[in-house]
Amino acid sequence: MKIIVCIKQVPSKDAPLAISGSWIKESDIGFEMNEPDSFALEEALRLKEKHGGEVIALSMGPERVKQTIKEALAKGADRGIHFADDKFFELDPLGASKALSAAAKNENADLILTGLQSDDQGFGQTGVLMAAELDRPHATIIMAIEVNGANLKLKRELEAGWFQHIECPLPAVLSIQSGINKVRYATLKGIMAAKKKEIATVSRESLGVSSESTQRVEKIYVPTKTKKTEFLTGTPKEMAAKLVEKLKFEARVI
Amino acid sequence: MKILVVTEHRQGKWNNASFETLAAAQQIAGAANGSVSAAVLGKGISAFADGLGTKAVAEVLSVEHDLLADYTPDGYCIALKQVIESARPDLVLFPHTYQVRDFAPKLAASLGKGMIGDCVGYRSEGGKLVFVRQMFQGKTVADVSFLGSGPWFASFQAGAFRADLVQAHASGKAPVNGVNVQLNAAQIRTKPLELFKEAKSAVDLTQAPLIVAIGRGIKAPENIPQAEAVARAMGAEIAASRPICDEGWLPMERQIGSSGQTVAPKLYLALGISGAIQHVVGMKGARTIVAINKDQNAPIFEIADYGVVGDIFEIMPALAEELQKAK
Repeated sequence: MKIIVCIKQVPSKDAPLAISGSWIKESDIGFEMNEPDSFALEEALRLKEKHGGEVIALSMGPERVKQTIKEALAKGADRGIHFADDKFFELDPLGASKALSAAAKNENADLILTGLQSDDQGFGQTGVLMAAELDRPHATIIMAIEVNGANLKLKRELEAGWFQHIECPLPAVLSIQSGINKVRYATLKGIMAAKKKEIATVSRESLGVSSESTQRVEKIYVPTKTKKTEFLTGTPKEMAAKLVEKLKFEARVI
Repeated sequence: MKILVVTEHRQGKWNNASFETLAAAQQIAGAANGSVSAAVLGKGISAFADGLGTKAVAEVLSVEHDLLADYTPDGYCIALKQVIESARPDLVLFPHTYQVRDFAPKLAASLGKGMIGDCVGYRSEGGKLVFVRQMFQGKTVADVSFLGSGPWFASFQAGAFRADLVQAHASGKAPVNGVNVQLNAAQIRTKPLELFKEAKSAVDLTQAPLIVAIGRGIKAPENIPQAEAVARAMGAEIAASRPICDEGWLPMERQIGSSGQTVAPKLYLALGISGAIQHVVGMKGARTIVAINKDQNAPIFEIADYGVVGDIFEIMPALAEELQKAK
C-alpha cells in the first residue's frame, strides 16, 4: 500500500505571535509538525506495518519545512517530497490543495492522508479539496481504518458522541481525526536512518501548477474582548481566597 | 444579494446550527437589501421543508431524492451543484458542522469557487462583505474577503449567531418548491453504514451544575488528582479538553467541546485550558466562567468572567484548601 501523508509545519504551540499584515513575523519563532498531521503520519506508519508498502511525507513551504519532513522520515516514513514555496501562506485552501495534488498525482498512491486541520490557518479543507482535485472518494474526521482488499471500512466521528461506519473504495483521501492513535517518538536509530532517506524537491514551475486565489486574508489581528474579565491578583493563596469569595458572594454559584 | 442557506438534519432532528446560519443570512440580507432562501435535502422531508417555510425566507427549496436519504459527500455535492446552478445565489451559507466540513469545500470547488469556512462573524465595508474567522487556534482573527465573482461559499461556526433571532415569516408561510436533481447510484462512491454511540456514558456532564475542566496545562496524568481535589472540594464534576481524553488521561465521556459534550453549567472552572475554539464551543454557555492559565494571552480569557494568570500547580492546592474552609 502506497500512502502519501500531507504534513504542514506550523509555529510552535507556545510561540509568541507577532502579527505582520496578513501573516506573522517568522524570524523569532520556532516551528513544529502540525499536531493533527502527526496523527495522520502515525496512522500511515501503522497501515504500512500491517499491510506493507511505502509512506511518503509531503510538505509545502519554505526551506524550513524540510526539518519537519526529516522528523517524519525519522519516525519511519520512507521518503519525502518538499514542495518549495516561500509564499505558501498566501495561498487559499483551493490553491494549496491544487499544489499538493499536483505533487501527489504522479505517485498514484492508494491512500492520501491529511490531519484534520492546521493549527495556524485552520482551514480544514485540504483533504476534501485534494479528493475533488484528484477525483477520488474521501471521508473526513476518521477514527479507525480497516483495510479489506480494495475497500476501506472507516469509523467517522460525528458531533455529540455519535459515530458512523462507512465503506470507501481505494484509492481514496482521508482526513484523520486527532486522537485516533498514540503518536510514536522517533528513535535514535530512526533519526540515523533518516539521514540516508531521499527528499525530492518540486516547485510550482516544475509541476506546472498555478491557481488564482478565490479569497484573500485582508489582515489578521488580536480579537477585541466582548466580555469583561475581572483578573485576580496576589499570591496563589490570596488569589484562591479572592476567587472563592467572588464565586460565593458575587457570582453566587458555589 | 441573493443568499441560499443549506440546512442540516439527522435522524429526524434539525441540527440547530442551521437556524443560527439562517439568522446570520437574514441579518446580511437585511442590510444589503437582499433575499434569503433555504434548502433542505433528503428523503421524506416535507415536515422539515414546511418548518423552514414558517421562517422569513423568500422560498424553501426542497431537494428530495432516494439517494439523499443518507448523507454522502458525493450525493450532496452533485445535488447541491444542480440546486445552485438553477437558483443562482450570490452567497451560499452553511452551519460549520462536521457534515459541512466533509462536503462543502468540494461543492464550491466543483463550481470553481473557494469557501471561507468556520466564520465567527461578518462585516460590510463599503458594500464589500468581509468575513471574520479565527486563526492560530483563536489567538488571532482574520478578515477575509472573496475575490472574483460569485457564487461565494462560507460557513458559520456554531454559536456565532443566535438561532432565537431567526425572523418568522410575515404572512405565515413561504412557498416550498421542490427541486428535481439528477443523481444515480453509480456516482456515489462511499457507502454510509450504521450510526452508533460508544458505550453509554455513566456521567451526564450536561446535567452537572459545577464543572472543573483540565487542559494541556495539567502536563501529566499524575497531576490530575490535584484538579480532582479542587472538584471534590467544590462538589463539581471533572471534565477535560480534547487532548487530555486523546491521551487517555480521562475517559472520552469527560470531554467538552465540538466532538464531545456541550455544557452550560452554573460554573465552569478551566484549569490550564488555552481556549481553542473546538473546546470553547462546548462550554461558552456557562453562566460563570473562571480561567486559570499561565499565559495571559490565552484565548480562554476572552470569555472568562474571572481570570487568574498563574501557575495552576500553585493555585490548585490553595484553591482546594480555601474551598474546604468556605464550606
